[in-house]
Amino acid sequence: MSDAHSDDDKTPKTTADKAAETTADKTAPVKAAPDKTPSEKASDQPPSARTPNGVNPEKDLSASNLPGQRGDQGEEIRVQHGMFGANNGGDTSGYGGLVRSIRLPGEAVRPYGGWFDEVADELEGALEEQDLLPENAITKTVVDRGELTFHIEREHLVRVARTLRDDPALRFELCTGVSGVHYPGDKGRELHAVYHLRSITHNRLIRLEVSAPDADPHVPSLVSVYPTNDWHERETYDFFGIVFDGHPALTRIMMPDDWQGFPQRKDYPLGGIPVEYKGAQIPAPDQRRSYS
Amino acid sequence: MGLEEKLPSGFLLTTVEQAAGWVRKSSVFPATFGLACCAIEMMTTGAGRYDLARFGMEVFRGSPRQADLMIVAGRVSQKMAPVLRQVYDQMPNPKWVISMGVCASSGGMFNNYAIVQGVDHVIPVDIYLPGCPPRPEMLMDAILKLHHKIQTSKLGVNAEEAAREAEEAALKALPTIEMKGLLR
Amino acid sequence: MTSASPRETTEGAVYTVTGGDWDEVARAAAKSDDERIVVNMGPQHPSTHGVLRLILEIDGETVTEARCGIGYLHTGIEKNLEYRTWTQGTTFVTRMDYLTSFFNETAYCLAVEKLLGIEDEVPDRATVIRVLLMELNRLSSHLVAIATGGMELGATTIMIYGFRDRELILDIYELITGLRMNHAYIRPGGLALDLPPGAVDQVREFVKKMKKNLPEYDKLATGNPVFKGRMQDIGYLDLAGCMALGVTGPILRSTGLPHDLRKAQPYCGYETYDFEVPTAETCDAYGRFLIRLEEMRQSLRIVEQCLDRLAPGPVMVADKKIAWPAQLALGPDGLGNSLDHIKNIMGTSMEALIHHFKLVTEGFRVPPGQAYVAVESPKGELGVHVVSDGGTRPFRVHYREPSFTNLQAMAAMCEGAQVADVIVAVASIDPVMGGVDR
Repeated sequence: MSDAHSDDDKTPKTTADKAAETTADKTAPVKAAPDKTPSEKASDQPPSARTPNGVNPEKDLSASNLPGQRGDQGEEIRVQHGMFGANNGGDTSGYGGLVRSIRLPGEAVRPYGGWFDEVADELEGALEEQDLLPENAITKTVVDRGELTFHIEREHLVRVARTLRDDPALRFELCTGVSGVHYPGDKGRELHAVYHLRSITHNRLIRLEVSAPDADPHVPSLVSVYPTNDWHERETYDFFGIVFDGHPALTRIMMPDDWQGFPQRKDYPLGGIPVEYKGAQIPAPDQRRSYS
Repeated sequence: MGLEEKLPSGFLLTTVEQAAGWVRKSSVFPATFGLACCAIEMMTTGAGRYDLARFGMEVFRGSPRQADLMIVAGRVSQKMAPVLRQVYDQMPNPKWVISMGVCASSGGMFNNYAIVQGVDHVIPVDIYLPGCPPRPEMLMDAILKLHHKIQTSKLGVNAEEAAREAEEAALKALPTIEMKGLLR
Repeated sequence: MTSASPRETTEGAVYTVTGGDWDEVARAAAKSDDERIVVNMGPQHPSTHGVLRLILEIDGETVTEARCGIGYLHTGIEKNLEYRTWTQGTTFVTRMDYLTSFFNETAYCLAVEKLLGIEDEVPDRATVIRVLLMELNRLSSHLVAIATGGMELGATTIMIYGFRDRELILDIYELITGLRMNHAYIRPGGLALDLPPGAVDQVREFVKKMKKNLPEYDKLATGNPVFKGRMQDIGYLDLAGCMALGVTGPILRSTGLPHDLRKAQPYCGYETYDFEVPTAETCDAYGRFLIRLEEMRQSLRIVEQCLDRLAPGPVMVADKKIAWPAQLALGPDGLGNSLDHIKNIMGTSMEALIHHFKLVTEGFRVPPGQAYVAVESPKGELGVHVVSDGGTRPFRVHYREPSFTNLQAMAAMCEGAQVADVIVAVASIDPVMGGVDR
């Protein structure tokens, strides 16, 4: 959550909540340390701790400290070969043999810090009351950058969302819609639907993430719980082809009705045309040589 | 005072072409075809500070049947293109089109699956106006240039000949990819 | 030209009219005892606030069913972002909802900064200028909302007034960013360049002028019986409806709930500014109009506070691996690299040239992960969900646009009302199609 807290007395919030939130920022275990570049990290140290070439020998220069790397925990979404995006033609850079795996932040361990534990406890308790084992519904809990994410099994999504909305200790009344993400390298769980739920009562924000394989792109619809998701799910269907089962009228919303394909998937080309100008032809942005 | 006092004998000789052109250019009725950011600048041009009324065209017509100028203001999506063509077809002749902004003219920075790369794929364009979005002054400049074009446009057989010449010139013109030289 | 022959479907007779001959349709409609007709309004219609298509089922003058058709301005900006560097992204997001450019830019930059973990390193001056510009933007957006809303009611005077005052704000934008719209001025890590000389004075001048001009809207519209007659009790949506439909912004506040992200989840140091969140209890279009007017007054207060706390300092993070290498400067031919910087990279330092080249063409890398940042735009909660895969380009950027979400409430507001009230209800939602369709 944001580091700053309001003194607003209009939204219901206790001082205990505020104190808890402040500690959340301090104690969140996966609070990103590797965000800084190595050179910066070195300069944080007193000069005596640094070797002449600016590298701090006590600092672990393992992969997790390098920019763009977050250790070997977490889910692998892609394996990158080389340093540059272009793969046609010979390797003139010498970096073509580099292989590194791209991983998203991994599962967090208790305590999550601050109100994160409270929400997780309440949710688990409420699910148990409904005879649903929490570990069956919540596959993973991630705490990263001060945000709490529950990865939910798709068959239990509606029940979890309803619990989050109706339980007085949770009260996530406002859903800010669904955002689709396509991870073509994350085999078996290519399509992700990401929901952000906001509680105005408790002034909190959490994230739910559901994944579905490309071969079976079905996710249950949340329209029955949050009617606002009507258009959001149509949009995500339109762009990613995620079929929201139970949606009242799942049709295209942005693209023309007869459009082929789902344009914001990673395997769908950008669709630009080369631009001609006086003897030069500039390829579309997705056809150009790139760095990542 | 005006034109009539400068005429020695009270009458003026001109060609029908020029008279018609003069009349047409003095009261152009634009159709509202606001699409995106440029539409806001188009509305600004019609409002107080820039005051399009000075050129006799402050009344934006809601219906294409009462309009003879279409200002395509903004990016044209693949979904909008058929609508655009239908509105254009409903306008009575003679009619003119200003393609306002770089998106309408060439697709601009949105070189992707959703945007028509230039509205001239769908309807003929008389004036291309660059800018993202163009300033109201630029829109007025485009309108004045269009006025000049309307004033000097041909009628009847002359119009047919002008159209034929334009087509021949276009056929002979060098494609952009074969042009060489400085970026100008 | 015309083709008005009836086509029988399971729903009844369907007439497709493309020409000017309505006689046949009218005759056929008169013959059947069914009074219901479906009218298609837009996507090109002067009263629909852009390329919005309304599909209205009408029984006499009463709207029995209302639906929206959107997507006529879908631009694929979210996809385009995936092929540009993180810094170039601001150029695209500013064109989403083109009336709230600075909010789009700030939300995007805050999200990128959160992914980078440099939220605390953004200089104070940059944050204050961001707040200043956002509040000016709130003014200009509300002015357009009131102006076009008035125009759609037939009150052309309000439109002229609104655009008159908006021009004053656009002059400030032009002085500060070089552009009237679509600025790309706020960048990940700070701002593109500092305020030019004279900007503070011009903003002060503007605040003075605007304080004089704002009461004119009250005189012109607030007590105007025609205006009230058209807006009161129109477009009714209560708190339960707002929550279910995810509606935020002035529509939510018109139900009496003072929910404003600037107070609830402050960003950019909003907790240190002194302002109030206006609410109304009426749940109708008139209440939303009053809220917009009052929010403009509050924005002026925040602008004044920003001016008072502007202290000299940098406007970009100190981290040279993220900060744009060029010292941008406004020259006679527009915005460009400063001459000192060009002298440095071309004549003095080879390393500076390499650094400049790498950062400009390749950009910086952002650690993998995702972030959601929400700001209170003039229309409601503007959320940005950004995913990075550790590369130099966004992996996925999704905008939770308030216009898009709020427009869903159109059906709930319009059904059962008169046809003329549809216009008022849509105008009170204030959707901007660039934001709805992106």
